[in-house]
Amino acid sequence: MGALLADVAAWFGDPANWTGAAGVPNRVLEHLQYSIVPILLALLIAVPIGAAVGHSGRGGFLVVGVANGMRSLPELGVLTILVTFMSVGLLPVTIALLILAIPPLLAGTYAGVSNVDRAVVDAARGMGMTEPEILTKVELPNALPLIIGGLRTATLQVIATAAIAAFVGVDGLGRILFSGLAVRDYTRMAAGALLIAVLALLADAALAALQRLIVSPGLRTSTSSRRRAVVAPAQPEQLPQSRSTTPEPELARS
Amino acid sequence: MIDWSWFPTNAERLVPALGAHLLLALLPVVIGLIVAIPLGWVANRSRPARAVLVPVAGLLYTIPSLVLFILLPGILGTQILDPVNVVVALSVYTVALLVRSVADALAAVPGMVVAAATAMGYRPARRFAQVELPLSLPVLIAGLRVATVTNISLVSVGALIGIGGLGYFITDGFGRGNTTSIFAGVILIVVLALVFDALLVLIGRLVTPWVGVGGKAR
Repeated sequence: MGALLADVAAWFGDPANWTGAAGVPNRVLEHLQYSIVPILLALLIAVPIGAAVGHSGRGGFLVVGVANGMRSLPELGVLTILVTFMSVGLLPVTIALLILAIPPLLAGTYAGVSNVDRAVVDAARGMGMTEPEILTKVELPNALPLIIGGLRTATLQVIATAAIAAFVGVDGLGRILFSGLAVRDYTRMAAGALLIAVLALLADAALAALQRLIVSPGLRTSTSSRRRAVVAPAQPEQLPQSRSTTPEPELARS
Repeated sequence: MIDWSWFPTNAERLVPALGAHLLLALLPVVIGLIVAIPLGWVANRSRPARAVLVPVAGLLYTIPSLVLFILLPGILGTQILDPVNVVVALSVYTVALLVRSVADALAAVPGMVVAAATAMGYRPARRFAQVELPLSLPVLIAGLRVATVTNISLVSVGALIGIGGLGYFITDGFGRGNTTSIFAGVILIVVLALVFDALLVLIGRLVTPWVGVGGKAR
């Protein structure tokens, strides 16, 4: 392992790996470019739908079902099918990443909005707020921790799958890894893998910082330990399930 | 689009791949569960342990599977084509996912119930095995379902670096432009995931017969 570390360090130290189209900076830019468009599109699509379903309470089981069902779909399969039927290029990859980014965001937004304390919503209604006002001024701000949780899961999924996309012919950081694989150059594969991991960790840390910045402090202090336990790590898609199966209400009833 | 005659002619390749896929996906669920229960217990018992375990679990979960499949040989000293890499990587994800499930589920067991069990003479170890763990089963099974479905899907990524399972039919089909092979791989993986998800729901109902009964009884 020591020799491997030295090899990988040498790879990162080689200036040839930092310049040109195949250099690290360009590959990082490509990777970000592949990732950002589908994430933004997914936000535009999933947040309004999730908010509408969460606010009205209708179609919730469908959202949860779709989000859970999508988890079984192998990302490699989505990519290869789209590229086979369209063409090699950025469009099928973007669509594949979009398909994978929507379910966690949808589930997070839906769970966030529908989980808002009914007493709070009723109070807002009693104060004379209209339904759109209730959604935008009460429910969505209260749902932010779970929405950003969904965004974090979606982002990780997209960055990871964008790396796999190098297999179907685009570039990005996955190209470093797969070009190493093609010539059995383990050092290059490990360097590519490390870069992908670092990008994923940095993106997740940035979103965690954003969460701290824009989530109302009231949501953090009043229910601190309990809420953080549910929200912090990156699997909000699991929330609708665990919410309905948490043992607490079952025991309270018996 | 789908050439149905492909299936019978490739059955002798499909069946072993199916078995290998299941082994690579489910062995980590078992290993992960065995490791996660004591870790979750510790995380629930001690605040400092929780403050370490939960963020570390979250951190491990952010590492993409392809990355872990490639870095593990360097860390473990295994060959890159060794299926052990996939088993270890997926076990890590399963533990990362379940530690929090177990800790949260144990935290949700009402103090009164634990106190009652203690008063009835249950010693801590037996109380954990017969009272606290059974009461956390609903949340634990929800976590197991996520881990199982995710693992069955993730094994396919291993095909990119040449490790068996149904993902081979996706990569091989893509290389040859054989859409039937790609669809066969994808559909079988999804079906496997749905079957095992349903199986866990069923097991969940059988082992937690009290869930949903209390409300009706009153």
